[in-house]
Amino acid sequence: MPPKVDTHKCTGCAGREESFCERACPGDLMAVSSENGKAYCRAASECWDCMSCVKACPAGALETKIPYQLGYFKATLRPIMGKNVITWKCRDIYGNEAVYRYVNRIVR
Amino acid sequence: MANISAPRTRRFEPRSVEDVEVRVVECDLLVVGGGNAGCFVAVEAARLDPSLRVVVMEKAEIMRSGACSAGMDAINTYIPQGKTPEDLVRWSRAQVGGGPLREDLALSNARELNACVEELESWGLPILRDEQGKVRYRGQWDISIHGEQLKPIMAEKAIESGADVYNRVAGTGLVMHEGRCVGATGLGVRDGCFYVFRARATVMATGGAGTLYKSYTADSTDSGAQIWMCPYCVGTGYAMGFRQGAELTSLEQRWVATRTKDFCGPVDTISVGYGAPIINARGERVMSRYEALGGDAAPRYIRANAPMEEWLAGRGPCYCDTTHLSPERTKAMLEDYLNERPSFVLFLASRGQSPDREPIEIYGSDPYILGGHTGGGFWVDMARMTTIPGLFAAGETAGGNPNKFVGGCCAEGKLAARGAVAYLRGVSLPPLDREALRVEMERVYAPLLRRGEEGVRPVEMKERLQRLMDEYAGGVSQFYRTNEERLDYALRHIAMLRSQFQYLRAGDLHELMQALESMDRVDVAEAVVHHLKARKETRWAGWQTRSDYPERDDARFDCFIESRRDPRSGEITIFTRPYEQLIPGDRHTA
Repeated sequence: MPPKVDTHKCTGCAGREESFCERACPGDLMAVSSENGKAYCRAASECWDCMSCVKACPAGALETKIPYQLGYFKATLRPIMGKNVITWKCRDIYGNEAVYRYVNRIVR
Repeated sequence: MANISAPRTRRFEPRSVEDVEVRVVECDLLVVGGGNAGCFVAVEAARLDPSLRVVVMEKAEIMRSGACSAGMDAINTYIPQGKTPEDLVRWSRAQVGGGPLREDLALSNARELNACVEELESWGLPILRDEQGKVRYRGQWDISIHGEQLKPIMAEKAIESGADVYNRVAGTGLVMHEGRCVGATGLGVRDGCFYVFRARATVMATGGAGTLYKSYTADSTDSGAQIWMCPYCVGTGYAMGFRQGAELTSLEQRWVATRTKDFCGPVDTISVGYGAPIINARGERVMSRYEALGGDAAPRYIRANAPMEEWLAGRGPCYCDTTHLSPERTKAMLEDYLNERPSFVLFLASRGQSPDREPIEIYGSDPYILGGHTGGGFWVDMARMTTIPGLFAAGETAGGNPNKFVGGCCAEGKLAARGAVAYLRGVSLPPLDREALRVEMERVYAPLLRRGEEGVRPVEMKERLQRLMDEYAGGVSQFYRTNEERLDYALRHIAMLRSQFQYLRAGDLHELMQALESMDRVDVAEAVVHHLKARKETRWAGWQTRSDYPERDDARFDCFIESRRDPRSGEITIFTRPYEQLIPGDRHTA
């Protein structure tokens, strides 16, 4: 399932050679529309849900969704990239929240 | 040294190949694919000779490309104190039911392994340690990591080593000269250019082949790529070499794994890492049926197939029983998932499921060709050179040597770099064969030049092939079973698909890349079917199950199955190579 783009938050990374999401996607699935300047995913069914684009987006405009055929409405998982640390915020369909935070790089 | 950015997507509407810009790049060493193995090729080559010009052709962007793009939660092979590389080969051999496997390759990989893992740690990869500072083993050989940044860490070192990384350039074919490989060509999927990388030696490190088979979640949902292996590794490297006559080995030893059901996530993480036993619908411990084969420590293919046998016998669904876990252990397990398959945690949240209250359901994956997991890939010598001089292979792309995983792919990257650097010293670049390049350009750009015509979309051809392979060549819907008649049927339809390459049409550069991928898949699938046909026995049920030959037949098949395609006629020849046992002892026990 592709990342959902919040078009209010997405800036299309105007001024950059590539947008962060189209740079990150291992499947070349993300692009920025020449019509409205917003990011979009070319093909929902080709996304691996690796979340590389979600991690890369500086505007927090992307969100990975589970297809309804597989999982129920509505859960969220958001990564927040810190310096050598990552924080994940997860909310399940009943509203239960969990936070995970750990070091993802050791600086030597 | 540079990580060369690709431009944004742009319209590109050539009227003929004359409108295509050709970019010729000369180098000493070309690495096709900047993944796990490819990054280590670049780093090692620079260590051996910093003056070498090394180029990486990368289909995606090197920071988040290939099988490690989502991250990793474990390194499955790291030799603990008191054990030897020979012990690791014994274990690897037992994991593939006693072989055949290339013990010579396996041993040389094992000897490099620990240094590679320690290098990753020195580069910044968090390896989990206990209070005494000792590396924390989750099983016999595997260690836990917080590898969310694994891919960027490796990529940064490849760039620092001085390699030029050409991002968003997808490999299309080899550049050949008098039977030798002297580089490779690529399609610029953002700029539309045709890249010609002329190289004294080439290392193929494009990963394995996912997406040959239909995934069971691909049924009209938005989850066509909801598979275990990276769906953007489609076997292009195998296809590029195979079309020029490079020998492939052991493709019939497919990688099939038990995965979390409905949303492919790792299962060893929970079953091995958190001691969660596999149970069936009645709560019975499934692996207890396989005590004679090792029970919970049975070879991988047996563990992969066991839950599916329960389903067939009417005892499904099956689960990993996580309900004994404490809340703290559950949280640690979910953190492991966030490192490797973060969206699986989202999936659990979308089911409203907490694993300490409800067990995690498991099921078999679709089959993959992965030389870093099982044996399928190029036949290589000790220098990791394929049967085409000048063409080397590493990682998932090199065959005969299963159970490499992350650490082994690093190790093999180094070994291939050493082999390639020694080889290229005696080689000079021949003049460009412009006629051969024109022929390849005509092939590559044809679907885009037909964009206005009625025809076949690349995704349609992919899905047709996936359906065919699933139903006739032992996919998950058939519980991995196949027989001679089904395989012949598959070959007939593969021939029809090939005859329809001429109707593929691509509306833009992204679709053109997909058209090339669809053709590569067909070429690899044809080889896979020939391998499955040739092994008229059942050696690794699940990975390779023949309904018409249900027994193992050591008298005839304790050997490698090999294939080679004639570059001119396209005809495939199948033959065998003998297995050689180098490490003494019972082949079935570690």
